[in-house]
Amino acid sequence: MALDDDMREALDMFVTEARDLVQGLEEGLLELEDQPGGGETVNAIFRAAHTLKGSSGLFGLRHLVEFTHVVETVLGSVRDGTLDVSPGLVSALLPCADHISAQIENLSAGQLEPDAAEAAEGMRLLEALTPYLQEGTAPAVGDRTAEVAEPAQRERTWQLALNFGPDCLRNGMDPLSFLRYLATLGEVTDVVTGTDRLPAAAEMDPESCYLSFDVTLVTAAPKSEIETVFDFVREDSDIRIVPDDSELDVYLRAIRAMPENDRIGDVLVTSGAVTELEMAEALRIQQERAVRHNAQPGPIGEILVEMGIVQRDIVDAALARQRRTSETRSHDTRTIRVDAGRLDKLIDLVGELVIAQSSIGITGAAPPSEAQAEVMRLVDEVRHSALSLRMVPIGTTLRRFERVVRDVCMELGKEVSLVITGADTEMDKALVERISDPLLHLVRNSLDHGIEQAAERRKHGKAQQGTLRLNAYHDAGNIVIEVVDDGRGLDRDRILAKAIERGLVAPGTPLTDSEVFNLIFEPGFSTAETVSNLSGRGVGMDVVKRNVTALRGTIEMDSTRGIGTTIRIRLPLTLAIIDGFLVGVGSSSFIVPLDRVTECVELPPGPLSRDCMNLRGEVLPFIRLKQLFQLPGPPARRQNVVIVEQSGQRTGLVVDSLLGELQTVIKPLGVLFSRVRCISGSTILGNGEIALILDVGPLIADHSDREHTRHAAPAA
Amino acid sequence: MTVRRIVADDELTIVTAAEHRERLLAALAEGDGVRVDLSAVGEIDTAGLQVLLLARNEGERLHVPVEFADPSPAVTDVLALTRLEL
Repeated sequence: MALDDDMREALDMFVTEARDLVQGLEEGLLELEDQPGGGETVNAIFRAAHTLKGSSGLFGLRHLVEFTHVVETVLGSVRDGTLDVSPGLVSALLPCADHISAQIENLSAGQLEPDAAEAAEGMRLLEALTPYLQEGTAPAVGDRTAEVAEPAQRERTWQLALNFGPDCLRNGMDPLSFLRYLATLGEVTDVVTGTDRLPAAAEMDPESCYLSFDVTLVTAAPKSEIETVFDFVREDSDIRIVPDDSELDVYLRAIRAMPENDRIGDVLVTSGAVTELEMAEALRIQQERAVRHNAQPGPIGEILVEMGIVQRDIVDAALARQRRTSETRSHDTRTIRVDAGRLDKLIDLVGELVIAQSSIGITGAAPPSEAQAEVMRLVDEVRHSALSLRMVPIGTTLRRFERVVRDVCMELGKEVSLVITGADTEMDKALVERISDPLLHLVRNSLDHGIEQAAERRKHGKAQQGTLRLNAYHDAGNIVIEVVDDGRGLDRDRILAKAIERGLVAPGTPLTDSEVFNLIFEPGFSTAETVSNLSGRGVGMDVVKRNVTALRGTIEMDSTRGIGTTIRIRLPLTLAIIDGFLVGVGSSSFIVPLDRVTECVELPPGPLSRDCMNLRGEVLPFIRLKQLFQLPGPPARRQNVVIVEQSGQRTGLVVDSLLGELQTVIKPLGVLFSRVRCISGSTILGNGEIALILDVGPLIADHSDREHTRHAAPAA
Repeated sequence: MTVRRIVADDELTIVTAAEHRERLLAALAEGDGVRVDLSAVGEIDTAGLQVLLLARNEGERLHVPVEFADPSPAVTDVLALTRLEL
């Protein structure tokens, strides 16, 4: 099957949705293992599996439908209470979630069918589920799942009038797939295919859809679920789902049994005759008419009947239930998915706006007028809300580690409980995605090296079960993520010995504890005596550090022997905008990230031989930016020092002039400059000139490296 | 008088619908009757089905007999699904 662009788009949507669903499935399963009684969780994962099956059916992904179907069946019997949750069951289901996830990733890579190995893997996984299928469920597993899964719902008959839009074929939606899928929901007792819209040969566009279908479906699935089948085509098609006339009595009885209600809509939706979506559509039409005719809106019941959504008898019954004091309101608080690209575009534009605004601040000598001040305030608010659009709670990412902890513990035979705090802490989505891998490594590392075996823990008088804590919080414009374990802690002497052996430090170098611990982040460092499957190959911690640094973050380690280790990652909230400090060197401008700046002082006059100065009795090394970047021109008569702090180490940057704070939008450097260190990006100033943003971390690190070599050279 | 025999491709979908339509209409225009061999059809979608229906309608209009022969499993499956007969 060839994929055209529209199909691609729809499939992308499916992939995004499916990823969420699989993740929900996995999280739910892990939660169930902890609390096997969680009824709400069971429902949630059942629904996730069900929706996955449904959406896969729409794309004709038969392998996914078949696979998910079995998973759904098993979950169905858990939901009905005929099957108990056991660790064995969860262990059988988790790899299934992985398999589905792998299939979805295949899809996003354009591979629609699983390859032979994957298909075999799928078969193997399903076989592992077989014991759970036979246990408890009715013998007729398979065809009659709907019934097995939802015994509480009795079967109802629905009349579906499906008038697909002319473009649906071009959009990659094949009405036949919908028919096939309906058959998985229940029993399709009749189909009448309408061919009368098919034009004469000359006028027929072979890529347009002319067929319509009237389907009679007997299913236990609620109307809303039937409705979701058509989510992808609803916009340009006319889809009506009406209870069969033979069912009228059932609805009438149900409605009469209901308590009085303010809103007829609620009555109709609760009865199952009308879905929320249909109600919303009817309300929209009602509003539209009221506006167009400038009159009182017509009764909603009339509109529903007119739209062919529901029979008049049902509306009348519902009206009788409606209290006299009625007032129809629509409230719509659903979320919408937005393409990340559009969001980036918006943020980019807001960035330009901020730049344009800061030019007012620079050039406008006179105090800003009231209107200007108002504009500035609004721009600031727009900036805040634009950035907050990208913010997502970090909890989703952190919760993913529950699975990792579980699997690693099984593998290593350790007992560890994962505690997540600060899951609501928000950060930029792009950052969340990019921090996930480094975090994964840290978590594995803590489980592998940090937390001891149960026996060893008992010997040291610790609780048999270790605790791994993931904690996130905001701190002064940064987000801090901590990985805390109560394991054996770091062995200072061993790390130091190893570092000396590897030639990372010279013997006899006096180092603080934290300096020693941070040696772990040096490339090629690993102290694990046995190389396990998980970590200990000496690749990783340095990569973690590199990744964190690339995100303008820092990482530090804190450890107490025998008590535990804390790894702290500190990241900016967003990568798009920083608060900067503008400095001038010669005719160039540079921006120092404001959160790094601790103070500014004047450079003491007179010759300073060793590039060090006296700052209130302390030795402060400094870097002359003019020399570093080899900028031409004589030094300014009076130079200033911007003191920056990085990992507790203070360094001065010698500049010609201090130009003040400003908010700047980071424009990443082009590929050509990707190897340039010390510069993290650029920005356009209000006066149209370009300023480079200094990357303080590498700047200081490179400088102290150079100092080391300079000092080491004469000695050697 | 010779009945034109047309063999439908393996793929009778939106991708090939236009081409099939041209072939069928051309055969119909000859006026001697058309026999459409559906035995090789491996994949058929709504667009493909529509082309077959169009050929049937057009045959009726022009009073040219159209016969659909040897439907493959894919075709019978779709016909069963839509409760249509060719």
